[in-house]
Amino acid sequence: MDHDQYADEYLRRILSSVRTIAMVGASEHWNRPSFFAMKYLQDKGYRVIPVNPQAKGGEILGETVYRTLAEVPVKIDMVDIFRRAEAVPEILDEAIALGAKVVWMQLGVRHDEAARKAEAAGLTVVMNRCPKIEYSRLNGELAWSGVNTGIISSKRRKL
Amino acid sequence: MAEKPRTPGFETLAIHAGASPDPATGARSTPIYQTTAYVFDDVDHAASLFNLQTYGYIYSRLTNPTVSVLEERVAALEGGRGAIAVASGHAAQMLAFFSFMEPGDQFLASNKLYGGSITQFGRSFKKFGWECVFVDADDPENFRRALTPRCKAIFVETLSNPTGVVVDLERIAGIAHEAGLLFIVDNTMASPWLCRPMRWGADLVIHSTTKFLSGHGNAMGGVVVDSGRFDWAQNDKFASLTQPEPAYHGLRFYETFGDLALTVHGHAVGLRDLGATMAPLNAFLTITGIETLPLRMERHVQNAQQVAEQLASHPAVSWVAYAGLPSNPYHALARKYLPKGAGSVFTFGVKGGYDAGVALVEGVELFSHLANVGDTRSLIIHPASTTHRQLTEEQQIAAGAGPDVVRLSIGIESVADIIADLDQALNKTKRA
Ligand SMILES: Cc1ncc(COP(=O)(O)O)c(C=O)c1O
Repeated sequence: MDHDQYADEYLRRILSSVRTIAMVGASEHWNRPSFFAMKYLQDKGYRVIPVNPQAKGGEILGETVYRTLAEVPVKIDMVDIFRRAEAVPEILDEAIALGAKVVWMQLGVRHDEAARKAEAAGLTVVMNRCPKIEYSRLNGELAWSGVNTGIISSKRRKL
Repeated sequence: MAEKPRTPGFETLAIHAGASPDPATGARSTPIYQTTAYVFDDVDHAASLFNLQTYGYIYSRLTNPTVSVLEERVAALEGGRGAIAVASGHAAQMLAFFSFMEPGDQFLASNKLYGGSITQFGRSFKKFGWECVFVDADDPENFRRALTPRCKAIFVETLSNPTGVVVDLERIAGIAHEAGLLFIVDNTMASPWLCRPMRWGADLVIHSTTKFLSGHGNAMGGVVVDSGRFDWAQNDKFASLTQPEPAYHGLRFYETFGDLALTVHGHAVGLRDLGATMAPLNAFLTITGIETLPLRMERHVQNAQQVAEQLASHPAVSWVAYAGLPSNPYHALARKYLPKGAGSVFTFGVKGGYDAGVALVEGVELFSHLANVGDTRSLIIHPASTTHRQLTEEQQIAAGAGPDVVRLSIGIESVADIIADLDQALNKTKRA
């Protein structure tokens, strides 16, 4: 699996198949990147469950924060990782144990060895990308900000 | 994995990039969204938009759907990550430097630039405390020699207006990047069809879209394209992108938007505060112009090459500075960076100096005597009496705009008519 480039179809399939996302490293501070991503994904209809080992209970954007993935009481489709690469192997082991289908590592986060292990266990992996940016790129919203989305289409896009 | 991303060709991008059918109506041509503002769904939606947490339109000083199509189009043609369209080429330069310069900062620029850029950088930028140091780019090492700790960027034109100097983009990019500086290239004269500077290491590409991109001399405009490849956090020079932005409650653009940082900053801070917005109608005209850019450029360079060759042997002409001529000192660089042709703007010397130059521009009948380039029409100007008259004579000569210099922008009319018009007007100069 090539993790330098992803075909649009690969990302589209992931984003249209998952519904519940556990966001590891979610922050309660509104000006942090993870907060932006969580709020955006909620607006697009995903349920996002914040996970943060430092959290002392409480809520982010209306969702209870859990300290570990194992504590999350609902079934998780995708684990979105907002942590340094060093923290990835442990999180991936938990994700495999939970039966998550997808692990997604944020911009700047990549761990090839852990990714191979997750893929061997049947998970789909995305690294060094942001689901907010990819979602908005694929549905045309990112183009509203002057971004080169790489999408060429003579079809009217669905809003 | 079998699914490999496919990259469309340049001609396809020139027509389609950024312009899928209008999602609201299905209109195939890009609609002109002639509106200043956009309704919010509710207060929470408005808050998300103002906090940059979601994408959408607020107010056309920042973004507009017609303008966004142009931004994506040019970003795609230059191979960039994103772009910011503005009211003119000069506004593009202003916005590009505004995004990272602070009072007391410095940048280096080639001394062979469009005269208006020399004035903007050398005079008006001083009022913001930004210092531009001009360097002879013929020897790229001159940039290294001029480096200081306050220096943040290097600026050149791919093909300079009006001198037709070609710079060694790859070597200058290397010098900039070794020093952790941003490499900015004004690609107006070449257009992305002749050269894509990001391939050679440019971090930002600037255009006056007024010229070849719009192509028909009917719309002012400018664009800043970001490659998305510059590491803003590699040193402490680019605080506006890496440090908390007070007007957005401490948001850090680079950390939050990654390789989109400059594109988002250019709209959310640059256009918000400088206000040099491109009008939707101008964006529409420019988008339409770009659709035929490859065909027009092909003819522009073909005609220019023929005209340059004719002039080189004309008895009333003392020299021709066109990098497409094998005798030109920049011919080798042009073959590397501009293999499809050395543009269609060049200068030549008319025998008889200043007075002969004036007689020539007044004697043409097909050429239009005006201060622009990159039109379908052939254009002529005598820089010493017009565009470069604000410069001192020393600066004029350094910028390649001495008293005998005439600049042509060769259009896409029948080449025989272009040559005949120059010939009859040149014959009049002998009588002048
Ligand atoms: C190379 C170059 N850069 C920038 C500009 C400035 O562009 P504008 O006139 O659109 O402000 C020009 C205009 O002649 C130009 O030739």
